[in-house]
Amino acid sequence: MQHMRRAVTVALLTAGALVIAGCSASGGGDGGSSAGACEPAGEDVKLTFTSWIPGIEDAVAIWNEANPDIQVEVQTGPSGNAGTYQNFFNQLEAGNAPDLGQIEYDALPNFRVQDGLENLAACEDVVKAKDQFVDWTWSQATLGTDDEVYGIPQDSGPMALFYRSDLFEQNGIAVPTTWDEYKAAAEKIRALGGYITNFSQTDINQFAGFVWQAGGQWFANDGDEWKVELTSDESEKVADYWQDLIENDLVSTYPAWTDEWNNAYNSGEVWTWNSAVWGANSISSGAPDTSGKWSVAPGPQWEAGQSAAGNWGGSSIAVFKGTDHLYEAAKFALWLNTSDEALTSLNKTAAIYPATKAGLDLPALQQGVEFYGGQKIYEVFAEAASEVDPDFVWGPTMTQTYADVSDGFKAAVSGSGTLADALGKAQDSTVAALEAQSIPVAK
Amino acid sequence: MTVSDYADTADTRVITTGRRAGRSAGAATGGPRESILSRTGAMIVMGVFTLYFLIPLWWLLVASTKSRGQLFSTNPLWFADPQFIENVTGLFSYRNGVYLKWLLNSVLYAGVGGVLATVIAAMCGYALAKYRFPGREAIFNTVLGGVLVPATALALPLFLLFSRIELTNTYWAVLLPSIVSPFGVYLARVFAEASVPDELIEASRLDGAGEIRTFFTVSIRLMMPALVTVFLFQFVSIWNNFFLPLIMLRSEELFPVTFGLYAWNSTINQFPELRTFVLVGSLLSVIPLIVTFLLLQRYWRTGLGTGALK
Repeated sequence: MQHMRRAVTVALLTAGALVIAGCSASGGGDGGSSAGACEPAGEDVKLTFTSWIPGIEDAVAIWNEANPDIQVEVQTGPSGNAGTYQNFFNQLEAGNAPDLGQIEYDALPNFRVQDGLENLAACEDVVKAKDQFVDWTWSQATLGTDDEVYGIPQDSGPMALFYRSDLFEQNGIAVPTTWDEYKAAAEKIRALGGYITNFSQTDINQFAGFVWQAGGQWFANDGDEWKVELTSDESEKVADYWQDLIENDLVSTYPAWTDEWNNAYNSGEVWTWNSAVWGANSISSGAPDTSGKWSVAPGPQWEAGQSAAGNWGGSSIAVFKGTDHLYEAAKFALWLNTSDEALTSLNKTAAIYPATKAGLDLPALQQGVEFYGGQKIYEVFAEAASEVDPDFVWGPTMTQTYADVSDGFKAAVSGSGTLADALGKAQDSTVAALEAQSIPVAK
Repeated sequence: MTVSDYADTADTRVITTGRRAGRSAGAATGGPRESILSRTGAMIVMGVFTLYFLIPLWWLLVASTKSRGQLFSTNPLWFADPQFIENVTGLFSYRNGVYLKWLLNSVLYAGVGGVLATVIAAMCGYALAKYRFPGREAIFNTVLGGVLVPATALALPLFLLFSRIELTNTYWAVLLPSIVSPFGVYLARVFAEASVPDELIEASRLDGAGEIRTFFTVSIRLMMPALVTVFLFQFVSIWNNFFLPLIMLRSEELFPVTFGLYAWNSTINQFPELRTFVLVGSLLSVIPLIVTFLLLQRYWRTGLGTGALK
């Protein structure tokens, strides 16, 4: 499947390059619609909305029931990076993009740079909704600007430490609260024949979450120029830390989401996972034999007493350029991501962890979870959500950056080069990719 | 269980017929007798490759009978507490049985598309073989050039074209491009040249049949083995075509099974319960292909064989 995904990525990148080439050749065509007007249509409206989240239709059905004058039709496809983003670009080029689309935070800048999104700041209700959202999710949607909003935040992925409480207890190992303690625990666990965690060479988003937690970021944008900082001090600190664990055989290195990976967790070979809130489902379904033996603790810190959390994943609902119904689309997107009924439905069918402050108090998120020995694990994540640095920015070429970092990490895990080397190479190729697309880069 | 049994026998039958065909071909040429050593060597190599190709299928079969928990905790190549029926029922009831819809869509795309492509290729190849008209070779060479253009490279231009005429996200978006088969035209021409005698066409003209009637009542029968081959090739390539639906289709009800399963598979990270459905779904989606192959293999093999002899 990895090969398949790779092949698809390559094919899509090629297709994308063709579209971009075609786009600049045709001079953009009729894409320059007048932005700014956010007024009701005054007639019945039909909106199309593309999302790949199973069960999102249920929430949309609630809306359609209550709003006969604004009907929403759900379209679907594979997850964003597996094809739907490229479809969005193709549709924008062909002038038949849906009104609304699911876009993960890390892909928003790409759509912004390609001028594919409506600025929702034109809508009064959207601007007013700012305070309802967890701070950092809102700044993901504004891309760090003050007067632009490119999507309504839907969910977030604050990170914490999943760990085998039974094994830690039986062997008298304290649950690590700092990364130093984490390494010390890793050595003890290795001596017992296990691994403290798995370093996945393919989950670059997880690594980015570590960098985020360490106070670093990979991109910065001052409005005119992009700055690429994959080799910043914080980024290298995180890379060196994991490099050390890999070289000393203190972590396993199975590719994530594979059978071996699941099996390593299910059999008790691997004891912890630094993951996002949605990881709770991944463990309970991937390692069903370990039910009741897991707990969740705040993620390890770089300095004792700190409290910083990383984030892994999360997406927003954006409105595409060219829609005739900005007002209605924004209204629906706000409802989908702020109303109790929609959030409850999304949490129930797709385990969406809401991006609004009020959403974190959903009754379903207050209960103990059986798989985690009855622990109220979502309290830990709600705490983490408030500790995520709001200023983290994604770049406009994330698909390519992920691919480059991932290639380098795979090599590093098999012993050629280091994680830091991989970041250095990805830094260069990312700058080159930005320049190739005529996106200004700060040196 | 019946389904898995069927898939099983299907596999073995393919292998036995393959072997039989190989042996009789060897006997027919009457070449020098090979030494036991080289024969054993060849058998071992073939055996290894057979295993290599069959083990993934076996794994898929075994994995489809397991619960999500057993998938990772039990021997990947052997059964544990089979619950194939539960898995299949789950698959067919998930999201109002959308999987069945996908399967039917695939049958529609591949079946209708395959038949239309075959008819068009037959007519085109026949015309190129049997009629003399200016530009004949130019047309044939252009068609032949079409064989070299991968379908993937055409998908995006097709999307932009279909967007213009507002046919994206319809059945037509997948069906129309599927009825074109340059390779089929090539094969049909070669075969028509070899198997439809000019005298027969003359005779039927003398009997008063028009060109179209001659084609459909006389010539097409003679070309049948080649046409079955063309149909099979086209059926399989439409069934497996994934990039075109990926780019064209947005509504779940229109997806073919390959694309639907891919879409599910792409979200396994967040929705792990889909894994079992993807596995069982993949297994079931192979069956129509195997059935088509078995039903048509008699014609198909004669078709290829005749082509090779000429």
